[in-house]
Amino acid sequence: MESAILKTENLSAYYGNNRVVKSVTLPFYERKITVVMGPSGCGKSTFIRCLNRMHELVPGARVEGRVYLRNEDVYAMDPTIVRRKIGMVFQKPNPFPTMSIYDNVIAGYKLTGIKLKKSEADRIVETSLRQAALWDEVKDFLHKRGTFLSGGQQQRLCIARALAMEPEVLLLDEPTSALDPVATARIEELMEELSKTVTIVLVTHNIAQASRISHYTAFFYMGELVEFGPTERVFTVPRDRRTEEYLVGKFG
Amino acid sequence: MGRKSPFKITLLLAAAGVTVVALATMLSLLWGSTPALKAFGWKFFFQKEWNPAMDRFGALPFLIGTLLTSFLALLLSLPLSLSISLLLGEYLKGGKLSSFIRSMVDLIAAVPSVIYGFWGLEVLVPAVREMEMKMDIVPYGVGIFTASLILSVMIIPNTASLAREVIQLVPRDLKEAAYSLGATRYEVIKKVVVPYARSGIIAGILLSLGRALGETMAVTMVIGNSSEIPKSLFSPANTMASVIANEFTEATGDLYYSSLIAVGLLLFVITTLFGILGRYVIKKTSIEGGK
Amino acid sequence: MKGIKLRIFKDRLFRSAVYALSLLSLTPLFLILLYIFKRGLRVINWEFLTRLPRPVGVENGGIANAIVGTLILVFLASLLSIPPGIWAGIYLAENKNSKLAEAGRTAVDVLQGTPSIVVGIIAYLWIVKPMGRFSALAGGVALAIMMLPVVVRSTEEVVKLIPPYLKEAAFALGASYPKTILRVVLPAALPGIVSGVLLAVSRVAGETAPLLFTAFGNQFMNYNILKPVNALPLVIFNYAMSPYEEWKRLAWGASVVLILLVLAGNLISRTVVKKWKVRF
Repeated sequence: MESAILKTENLSAYYGNNRVVKSVTLPFYERKITVVMGPSGCGKSTFIRCLNRMHELVPGARVEGRVYLRNEDVYAMDPTIVRRKIGMVFQKPNPFPTMSIYDNVIAGYKLTGIKLKKSEADRIVETSLRQAALWDEVKDFLHKRGTFLSGGQQQRLCIARALAMEPEVLLLDEPTSALDPVATARIEELMEELSKTVTIVLVTHNIAQASRISHYTAFFYMGELVEFGPTERVFTVPRDRRTEEYLVGKFG
Repeated sequence: MGRKSPFKITLLLAAAGVTVVALATMLSLLWGSTPALKAFGWKFFFQKEWNPAMDRFGALPFLIGTLLTSFLALLLSLPLSLSISLLLGEYLKGGKLSSFIRSMVDLIAAVPSVIYGFWGLEVLVPAVREMEMKMDIVPYGVGIFTASLILSVMIIPNTASLAREVIQLVPRDLKEAAYSLGATRYEVIKKVVVPYARSGIIAGILLSLGRALGETMAVTMVIGNSSEIPKSLFSPANTMASVIANEFTEATGDLYYSSLIAVGLLLFVITTLFGILGRYVIKKTSIEGGK
Repeated sequence: MKGIKLRIFKDRLFRSAVYALSLLSLTPLFLILLYIFKRGLRVINWEFLTRLPRPVGVENGGIANAIVGTLILVFLASLLSIPPGIWAGIYLAENKNSKLAEAGRTAVDVLQGTPSIVVGIIAYLWIVKPMGRFSALAGGVALAIMMLPVVVRSTEEVVKLIPPYLKEAAFALGASYPKTILRVVLPAALPGIVSGVLLAVSRVAGETAPLLFTAFGNQFMNYNILKPVNALPLVIFNYAMSPYEEWKRLAWGASVVLILLVLAGNLISRTVVKKWKVRF
């Protein structure tokens, strides 16, 4: 059994009195892609937002239970440090519109007040963009604003921005749902490549995507973790009737 | 979350500061008008005599002057401004002519009121005087009627562009549905556009009325500065704003000075009431629109 | 299908009415503008812009002191209203449901609806009376009170339009709240704020009523903000109300200068919106 770099214990999340994630205990194994899957409204997005403490930014939101990053309690750490160690990519590509591509990549450093030497910044920008398979496409206009890029390129820029912080875990919240099939395929390829160096948690409601690229699958339904296991096993012999019904398209 | 950082406190202080300015405005007006209100009581607002020489002050002539000029201006301008708004929002959508007229209207709305007053003084007053001579009444030239004309010229662009915005918010599919049923454009305007945009248009009218009520310079320059209750539409008069503009720097004696501030207080209360009414209408619209 | 002809007739009648009434109102509005420019443009020349006013009967006075005065007043008003206005606007947009935001919004509504002459009284009570004399400072305060609600409102509206996912992206990188506001939200909102501020500036530049008993007017050049100062709208008012043809002539010139100033503000504001537009 591999080691879990990140794990939750009895994690529950609330909006006011509304409990949207119900006592979830789940491990994430190092340098693997774990998919969090389920019909919309099942709490999967809220769940991963608890992992890097983004959930608590919503007024009235509350979390119970524990999240451990390398056995350290995430909720005992400073949230800004947690978010540096656990990067996030969102549903809609969201590069900073007033910053150049270059500045977008090192935005995490600029926004947290970390001064970089020019050479260091250059190195980080190039490595991150290469990792995000975007370098060749943008290297000639690094100092232009990122908003003229295509949706897929913008999303890869956001991935580069997250990678620049050298996170231990990368959370991707339906990163391809706003993209066309070609751009989606490129992002999927990229995720597989990235999983060699970083642990990936991917939220998706695209069953095919989950089966194509993930090593582990967690199936959520109505805020509960219904089933978790190696993807191959979950997809071939689901243990829970609800998982099976979802996989054959009965709901969602 | 609960803990406030110094940064958040500065934001909070700024918002509190704006609130304090508004509160202080009200309190200063109240405080400044206290001597007059003490001397005359609430009757001050309905007393018809304004006589600085005798130290007797009442705001009724100015209240009447203000309401008369503003509503007359509204009446005169409404058909015109609504026509422009329909023209720009419904008939001429897009196109060079439409954008030309729109920037013209914007430009006219941006002309400072003192310039309208000057134009009124030089062009409108002689014209009205001539008309009055033909009608065989005392040819002052200045007065309620002239002030209303100027005011209506000034609020046409305002009302028109506010109403145009509301009219353009009417969803296209609603209008297309009506057209597809064979309605004429007039029927679409009457049965779909106007009902949908009604409260927004009313709110726009109230905003323009608020502006007319408080408008100072243009009115001051053409209304004739008389503190009597106007006997006809052509008599010289004063509005609340114009009497303050005319007499504030010359006010001798605490009571005179405080009475002018009390007139300011009355003006402030009235415009604020119309503002609240306008916002209430807008709020109601946006709730209806959200459903 | 009853009365199709009648219906078409009504449609045409209504359209003609709209066109006719629009023409009826747009033409005079047009002619007013034309008239002002016709009277004013021929007055304007280099001397008019750079000379000081002269006594009645002496030809070729100028309005240099009024132009300088208006610039001083607008500068003071901007200084006093823009920084707190932007800050308060951010608060209102960021704390939509707090009690203070409710109060702040009401305050903005009240201030925006306050007639300019009443603002003049307020600045008189706050500044002129305690100081014992009219001053540019008092005029600046009066104009600042007029600008404040506009700055707050436009900042609030623009900041509200910033997509929430931009803030999320900054937080997800570990940025603190101040950094997120200063480095992500404010830059994205800046074009909108600048254009709102410019509109406010060009509007107050033409205000006369709040200056009547604050800045008061001055025949001479004055750079001291604690003394009375002249302003373009004041010159127009005083000269327009005078019985002298020569002064009225100068007032037309000043009118055109003022309109051009206001217009420039509007144009720049629009260009800013177009050219700087931040695409999300």
